[in-house]
Amino acid sequence: MALSRIASSSSSSVLKPISAALTLRRPLSSDTTLTIETSIPFTAHNCDAPSRSVETSPSELLTFYRDMAVMRRMEIAADSLYKSKLIRGFCHLYDGQEAVAIGMEAATNKKDCIITAYRDHCTFLGRGGSLLQVFAELMGRKDGCSKGKGGSMHFYKKDAGFYGGHGIVGAQVPLGCGLAFAQKYSKDENVTFALYGDGAANQGQLFEALNISALWDLPAILVCENNHYGMGTAEWRAAKSPAYYKRGDYVPGLKVDGMDVLAVKQACKFAKEHALKNGPLILEMDTYRYHGHSMSDPGSTYRTRDEISGVRQERDPIERVKKLLVAHDIATEKELKDTEKEVRKEVDEAIAKAKESPVPQPSDLFTNVYVKGYGVEAFGADRKEVRATLP
Amino acid sequence: MSAANLVRRIGGRWGSLVSQRGFSTTPTSIIENGAAAEQGVKSLNLYSAINQALHTALDSDPRSYVFGEDVSFGGVFRCTTGLADRFGKSRVFNTPLCEQGIIGFGIGLAAMGNRAIAEIQFADYIFPAFDQIVNEAAKFRYRSGNQFNCGGLTIRAPYGAVGHGGHYHSQSPEAFFCHVPGIKVVIPRSPRQAKGLLLSCIRDPNPVVFFEPKWLYRLAVEEVPEDDYMLPLSEAEVVRQGSDITLVGWGAQLSIMEQACLDAEKEGISCELIDLKTLIPWDKETVEASVKKTGRLLISHEAPVTGGFGAEISSSIVERCFSRLEAPVSRVCGLDTPFPLVFEPFYMPTKNKILDAIKSTVDY
Repeated sequence: MALSRIASSSSSSVLKPISAALTLRRPLSSDTTLTIETSIPFTAHNCDAPSRSVETSPSELLTFYRDMAVMRRMEIAADSLYKSKLIRGFCHLYDGQEAVAIGMEAATNKKDCIITAYRDHCTFLGRGGSLLQVFAELMGRKDGCSKGKGGSMHFYKKDAGFYGGHGIVGAQVPLGCGLAFAQKYSKDENVTFALYGDGAANQGQLFEALNISALWDLPAILVCENNHYGMGTAEWRAAKSPAYYKRGDYVPGLKVDGMDVLAVKQACKFAKEHALKNGPLILEMDTYRYHGHSMSDPGSTYRTRDEISGVRQERDPIERVKKLLVAHDIATEKELKDTEKEVRKEVDEAIAKAKESPVPQPSDLFTNVYVKGYGVEAFGADRKEVRATLP
Repeated sequence: MSAANLVRRIGGRWGSLVSQRGFSTTPTSIIENGAAAEQGVKSLNLYSAINQALHTALDSDPRSYVFGEDVSFGGVFRCTTGLADRFGKSRVFNTPLCEQGIIGFGIGLAAMGNRAIAEIQFADYIFPAFDQIVNEAAKFRYRSGNQFNCGGLTIRAPYGAVGHGGHYHSQSPEAFFCHVPGIKVVIPRSPRQAKGLLLSCIRDPNPVVFFEPKWLYRLAVEEVPEDDYMLPLSEAEVVRQGSDITLVGWGAQLSIMEQACLDAEKEGISCELIDLKTLIPWDKETVEASVKKTGRLLISHEAPVTGGFGAEISSSIVERCFSRLEAPVSRVCGLDTPFPLVFEPFYMPTKNKILDAIKSTVDY
């Protein structure tokens, strides 16, 4: 229901230039300031919503386009690698939700922390991870971002404040409060974005996290990536109130069109300022995943194909930026097609390289369990033979 | 799948369950080979056997309910297929993703005299509900002086390796729950066992955690009676007679152990294989009698060796059979590491590891 409402309200009028700067003729210089209106207004709970007019530039839009195209291509490639059994384990794809990762990056720096659940490939890429690290990790190779030991659900990037990649629904949100407390304590003017899905929004831990972050005024931003399905269950079947931005009650919230990268950017910028001054805030990103929940879910039993193709046509985050680029004469269709080709090549090259990366040594099985190892007795009755002495 | 061939015969007679509505620990019907043909048997895999048991449970008791994440669509492993259509969405329903809430809700439902059959989608996800199971469910009867209980609660959860499950879809957490007096822990090895044991768990007057070997959901196929039957809890089963060494295990590990027994036999070692089935309260007598005969004991499970339930078995048997043991008790288990994604074959207690352990124990 919510989907169709938003779909119908995203009219083409938003694509028209609204600022004076846009009366300039092409080519726009790449640092020209463009002001573009978000697809729909923000809906606020216990706070004043930010302006719908978002400042951007041609170069930023081009970067958004390219980065999202890389993410999309990467996830599609992961899908086929999984199907050819080069990726094992559980694998959750992000295609459709790219605008959230990209918009959030545009409003934050690498000292801000991000922590998310298991749909983490694109968030990692957004934080500056490389395609090689992604594919190597997915295939359990040494060059992966977690040395091949984590797999799809466990991507991390410490130098960019990306605290990963957590497997248990909702468990990462209280961790985010701890990160935010550390930031507040050290007075470093940074915030933590703790991401979770609409399914996780019903976990008790979330409310515990909300309370402590509000009680202690932590600079924590709880980002609910609402893709409308908690695994195979539609949000309205699982949540009495699917208005996740209001779920914090005493914690202010903002509902954002998560398919509009500029709206996400504006909301995250607003949230960061708010959190540093006033404490926690909930951002509900209204978004959509094209794939099923995981690779074992075709994603078509609990929703219609029409619904999926409707979102693709009306709300796709990449198409949206593409239309903006074309409408403002920043790039031509052909140039964008060329970008897509480059992206495809880039992804293919990363996959080829990742395939060459070796699998970790068997002895790596015993490392990182503790700081230092302890003699592992691997086989009961073979105790005379098998004993691993660890570094 | 050799697990399918593990069950051969269980003595007893058929009975009807129609009149059986009250909670009971005694099975009302027990399988007999000859009778099976009359009553109708069907070749089923493990998830279908579970599905059949749930159909039977809901059919035979109008005060029984099935709930959990995605169960009304059949669940991720198809165990609950068709239940919502047949019994309605008031008795078979989806819950939000909130394990702690699911089990707490189940305890309350059971406390009102209902049979609450809760599904935790993977055993790895059971930990948010750990508090509810350990502190609420297990102690309800005791701390209320028997005024209240949640005996109608059965928690189903798929456990164990599946070949490529990684850290959070492969764990075997049974030992945590075996440390909690007041609940029972049951793990079946095959489709026929799964159906009979699950029905016993559902009808048992105590809260039960029922772990299902997810690796066998599709792989294990055997003849399963279509009738309503129960298999006794806390009774281990000698699935293979032998004289040189006793092997004890449960769940999916049984088929791996059986393969090791067959290989050992080729080298002249006669192995006795016991399926423990119920981990607490467990059948010490059957294991004790076997070890007194063979003088050697090997325990195997997928969970990490340290603090695993094998340690408890080992200790109890050493206490009871110390003078009869001819070799140290051997444990072939998972390694003391998190369940790995890329190193699963190294981690697992494989057939060859068990075979090596059999040989070195016999040659001790």
